[in-house]
Amino acid sequence: MSKDRFQGHDFYQIDDLLTEEQKLIRDSVRAWVKKEVTPIIEDHAQRCVFPKHLIKGLGEIGAFGPYIPVEYGGQGLDQISYGLIMQEIERGDSGIRSTASVQSSLVMYPIYKYGSEEQRRKYLPKLATGELMGCFGLTEPDSGSDPSSMITNIKDKGDHYLLNGAKMWISNSPFADIAIVWAKNDEGKIRGIIVERGMEGFTTPETHDKWSLRASATGELVFDNVKVPKENLLPNVEGLKGPLGCLNSARYGISWGVIGAAMDCYDSALRYAKERVQFGKPLAGFQLQQKKLAEMITEITKAQLLAWRLGVLRNEERATPAQISMAKRNNVAMALDIAREARQIHGGMGITGEYPIMRHMMNLESVITYEGTHDIHLLILGMEITGENAFK
Amino acid sequence: MDILVCISQVPDTTTKISFIDNNSKFNDDKVTFIVNPYDEWYALVRALELKETLGGSVTVITVGNASVEPIIRKALAIGADNAVRIDLDAVDSFETASAIATYAKNKNFNIILAGKETIDYNGSEVGGMIAGLLNLPFVSLATKLEIVGDHAVVEIDIEGGVEVITSKMPLVLSAAKGMAEARIPNMRGIMAARTKTIEVVAGQSNNLVSVKSFELPAPKSAVKLINPENMEELVQLLHSEAKVI
Repeated sequence: MSKDRFQGHDFYQIDDLLTEEQKLIRDSVRAWVKKEVTPIIEDHAQRCVFPKHLIKGLGEIGAFGPYIPVEYGGQGLDQISYGLIMQEIERGDSGIRSTASVQSSLVMYPIYKYGSEEQRRKYLPKLATGELMGCFGLTEPDSGSDPSSMITNIKDKGDHYLLNGAKMWISNSPFADIAIVWAKNDEGKIRGIIVERGMEGFTTPETHDKWSLRASATGELVFDNVKVPKENLLPNVEGLKGPLGCLNSARYGISWGVIGAAMDCYDSALRYAKERVQFGKPLAGFQLQQKKLAEMITEITKAQLLAWRLGVLRNEERATPAQISMAKRNNVAMALDIAREARQIHGGMGITGEYPIMRHMMNLESVITYEGTHDIHLLILGMEITGENAFK
Repeated sequence: MDILVCISQVPDTTTKISFIDNNSKFNDDKVTFIVNPYDEWYALVRALELKETLGGSVTVITVGNASVEPIIRKALAIGADNAVRIDLDAVDSFETASAIATYAKNKNFNIILAGKETIDYNGSEVGGMIAGLLNLPFVSLATKLEIVGDHAVVEIDIEGGVEVITSKMPLVLSAAKGMAEARIPNMRGIMAARTKTIEVVAGQSNNLVSVKSFELPAPKSAVKLINPENMEELVQLLHSEAKVI
């Protein structure tokens, strides 16, 4: 890939809404991504390999559980700082951001929120540095948008639980040290349990031949009579609200993250349009290209304001799931549209690895589906405003 | 080893430069400010490396009003132990150097480091002036700095080679590219910077110099393409329009 000349875009002076510390965090992660991620990411995406060597740096830059309190190894940061970190990492690549999102919102968050004090102390500090990596098992082959239909289950065997079932589309699964697994107990209630690599009967086959998130490792979690110690059960939550609480945190992070991917596409398209001359003038001088670029920066600005406001609401613990759905749904679709328009501005060059456009576009095809599909988020919004459930 | 590092706030290199108040003042509206790269990447990082191997402390100092504190916070996040802001809107290098020299005079710093120049006014003056005001040795454009016993060993790139000098301490140096490798603040550093205090010292203007006006360079004209067959036209244009031959 050519040299990373990315500049942030802030058409509405939204930086004025950020604290000095939030800007320092954002700029530090941006510098780290320029130094460590963009020089290697295209090669890894082309080869379909997760750049595992980035894990230590991700921990140092605060990408793992930044809002987890300091006493458990986190940074105790606010939600907008978390969002900005996700934005900058996804500016590099959605796959790397996915690894950070999963570790923060789907592994550290449930242990912090629903775990025992012993579980917090045992796992969180090591997860914060990346010494331990985690994954999250909710989706199953026959249970996607309808997670309550899951068949993975735990049976109480007195001194342990016996876990059976399978999960799929699990980011980080091929290398994760622990998995937060959601399974039905003997009463049919959904419980969270911490499964560790090495437990007999637990395997994590990798999913191959993906056209999306190629620089991120995805796989399955297969449980064949896995004996899990009772102390590994997350004691403080029962039912679907457990995994959905984690997903609210992750979806919020995504609503920021995709702004990074969108900004990278816009930034590259704007530069290309100014430099590429056809019919005697730069592409940027043609009305059809200006329309694309002007609409892109308008949509990015709207997404920034949506994410920032949602961050304020989350800091005040007032954000509702429907508000999070609106931001996730709007911002991911915005980023995907911008990636497609930016691809057109780049002409043929847009399909090559010389530019980040097509990689972002393919990544975003996953992001628009995972953590609640585009359509499911619409139904959540629809139910919120009409009071009518259209899921069934 | 106690080291004082002079840092300056400069506009980001992508800033569109304009002036206000009859072209007498830089327009800082919507400008993103950064730590002067020579101060941050080379002077500060080398100071931190020396502290890490030899012990001691690193203090950063800057001259300016409260709006420059974000760059101090960044220097603290990279690893500086202490920070000082001289509260003064300095007009020129002498005012800046005088303020820093006055502060440093009785503080027993072993080394005072500055970047070789700021990327806004490119004066390259402050380090030398501090040395002059404190009657200390000054080495400019240093690319390597080691401490051997009670001496500093300094390398300077010169035309076609390298000059190596030794100097007693304390001394003042200006750091050029090569002295260290830039560091990105990590989260531990950013969190640690939260609790470090910035000492604010009142500054005194000497009222010697004032800016009359700034002028922007003439806008660049369009590129003129000459057919390679037509060398005579090229020579003619270089003579009559570009006026370089």
